[in-house]
Amino acid sequence: MTRRVAVVAFARSDPARPTAGLTEVELLLPVLREVLERTGLRAGEIGFTCSGSSDYLAGRAFSFTLALDGVGAWPPIAESHVEMDGAWALYEAWVKLRTGRADTALVYAWGKPSAGDLDAVLTRQLDPYHLAPLWPDPASLAALQERALLDSGALVPPVPAGGSSPGGPAPVDGAAAVVLAVEATARRLCARPAWIRGIDHRIEPHGLGVRDLADSPSTRLAAARAGAFDAPPVDTAELHAPHPAQEPILRRALRLDGAVAVNPSGPAAADPPMAAGLIRLGEAAARIHRGRSRRALAHATSGPCLQQNLVAVLEGEPDV
Amino acid sequence: MSELLSAPLTVEFPFTRSLGPVQGAFLTGLRERVVLGVRRPDGRVLVPPLEYDPDTAADLHELVEVGTTGTVTCWAWNPTPRRGQPLGTPFAWVLVRLDGADSALLHALDAPDPGAVRTGLRVRVRWAAERTGAITDIACFEAYEGEGEEGGAHAADVAEPADRADGAEVADRTDVAEPADRADGAEAADRTDVAEPVDRADGAEVADRTDVAEPADRADGADAAGRTDVEEPADAADPTGAVPRARPHDGVFADPVTSLAAPARLDYTYTPGRAHGRHLAALADRRTVGERCPACRKVYVPPRGACPTCGVATDEPVEVGPRGTVTTFCVVNIKARGLAIEVPYVYAHIALDGADLALHGRVAGLPYDRVRMGLRVEPVWVGDGRHPDHYRPTGEPDAPYDTYRELL
Repeated sequence: MTRRVAVVAFARSDPARPTAGLTEVELLLPVLREVLERTGLRAGEIGFTCSGSSDYLAGRAFSFTLALDGVGAWPPIAESHVEMDGAWALYEAWVKLRTGRADTALVYAWGKPSAGDLDAVLTRQLDPYHLAPLWPDPASLAALQERALLDSGALVPPVPAGGSSPGGPAPVDGAAAVVLAVEATARRLCARPAWIRGIDHRIEPHGLGVRDLADSPSTRLAAARAGAFDAPPVDTAELHAPHPAQEPILRRALRLDGAVAVNPSGPAAADPPMAAGLIRLGEAAARIHRGRSRRALAHATSGPCLQQNLVAVLEGEPDV
Repeated sequence: MSELLSAPLTVEFPFTRSLGPVQGAFLTGLRERVVLGVRRPDGRVLVPPLEYDPDTAADLHELVEVGTTGTVTCWAWNPTPRRGQPLGTPFAWVLVRLDGADSALLHALDAPDPGAVRTGLRVRVRWAAERTGAITDIACFEAYEGEGEEGGAHAADVAEPADRADGAEVADRTDVAEPADRADGAEAADRTDVAEPVDRADGAEVADRTDVAEPADRADGADAAGRTDVEEPADAADPTGAVPRARPHDGVFADPVTSLAAPARLDYTYTPGRAHGRHLAALADRRTVGERCPACRKVYVPPRGACPTCGVATDEPVEVGPRGTVTTFCVVNIKARGLAIEVPYVYAHIALDGADLALHGRVAGLPYDRVRMGLRVEPVWVGDGRHPDHYRPTGEPDAPYDTYRELL
């Protein structure tokens, strides 16, 4: 369990590129090609492949199997899938690499919100007894968080009309991919590997009424377990806040001050669902690849009102 | 060639879930206009109840009854109600801590505008007229504090006629945005209509039923102010003022609800994608077009846009067929519902000439027990169908095994 794992490449769909009418695998192919080209690896040379997506988003059972065409999964490869954001697929791949089951991993994720009604789809992840029958849409639930922040005094008015500030831009269709590698392999594939110093994910109760919606204790705990509060401090933080009001909650839970560059890649609200968290990890790593960060924090979330949170701390090579 | 095909796709899944003793009692209680919670080891009361403690995961089973009045702990205005939500008119989502509970329950608050809502607002349950043992047995909450408050008994009174008009208006507005929604919007408005006027009459009926079912409970009800409120919600403008404590409840009801039917419907727009779209467009001209992998040169029919062996995009359209070879087949003896084809019939994998992947098709035009591997077939198009109805023998000699063994 001592093998160090690094993110060695990252690629994401160009948000400006038209995606109308494309299938999931057609969205994914350019991203897979780009991330593999960055490492010089071919699809068949990857030790473990893991993806994240949602059948509810696609409107089809086992929809991830069609995307598998894009990674050359025949004859069969070592492969897995999480019905979650790709950040959690990265976690699974990290465990595989740490435990010596593979030396390289391809992690990818995609979301095609244009296929359906995202607000309706996301109500289906809620507790089926008390919440899902009411069909509360995610913007409404995030607005509850904003109200909780206002009531706690942590968020300063102007109080938005109607109690909720407008959401960010609507999520677009797209995909993202990263390549992970261990130790010497990572150094061979990347000039400045982004070493995963720590990664952890935690979850809160599904009952909204038993949580303090103005706080994110699961983010704080995951961050502590990932080493985010250890020295030296992070200089960059890529936060996955699907709704603008959630960013102050995350900043506070992660103790980010003015010295930290928060979301230099841009806000996450418009990123494709199920890929948005993986994109935060990828963007944090890419900043290290470019030499713009020494130590970066990446955060991904899932569920209503920041229910589940994943935090990773990435580091460049120590100075020589 | 760039025709973008799309089609509406509706996915409906009527999940049925078992409830167990805690959720079963909670939802049966709602049907009987009783709100139950569960007590945690530290004494605090969870409403809605969970089967396990959210902090310690301890098993929870000590049921208690809480009030049907409570306090708003958090809220958010919802200006554009969606299909399935509790009210068809703009409303506030509220987290309500019911009197006697220590956690909050999410529901809708019927309020005229966001100015009438605040954290700390006193509210009470408005029961649905028809209750089945579901969270929607609570139609919504309504403000009930008296003078000085925006929502009080007074507001509740005027809410009814206004609500109805609004409901219709919302249904119309929804139509503009989402045509498919119309029926639902109307239904939502109706539901609201029915819920309120019937409520009072129903209250008496439920009180009777409860008396019969649980004589032991009646004494309890009589000496608890909160309980009296439950029975006559609409007239209880002025409760005693004391916040009721959670009281033990055995969770036993006549005819308990043991499962929950959770219907869900999601609407999608299906798009076949670039490669498959091109394939479908060619089929409209009665041509079968696959795509060639630039790396291994295999031709995939129908194309999915990528070569599953090489992991690269296929990009070169290739017309294949129309004739092909049966590589393998099965005889179908079970009639599919809604399918007009008589059994037995033959369903086969057919490798069209020039294709490196067999596609599926029905084989007819000869007795089912004469179909064999290697049989040469050609498509039969019927009417304006956008794909071959079936394949029939060409009369050619059978293809030698070696010509299709790689395609099995």
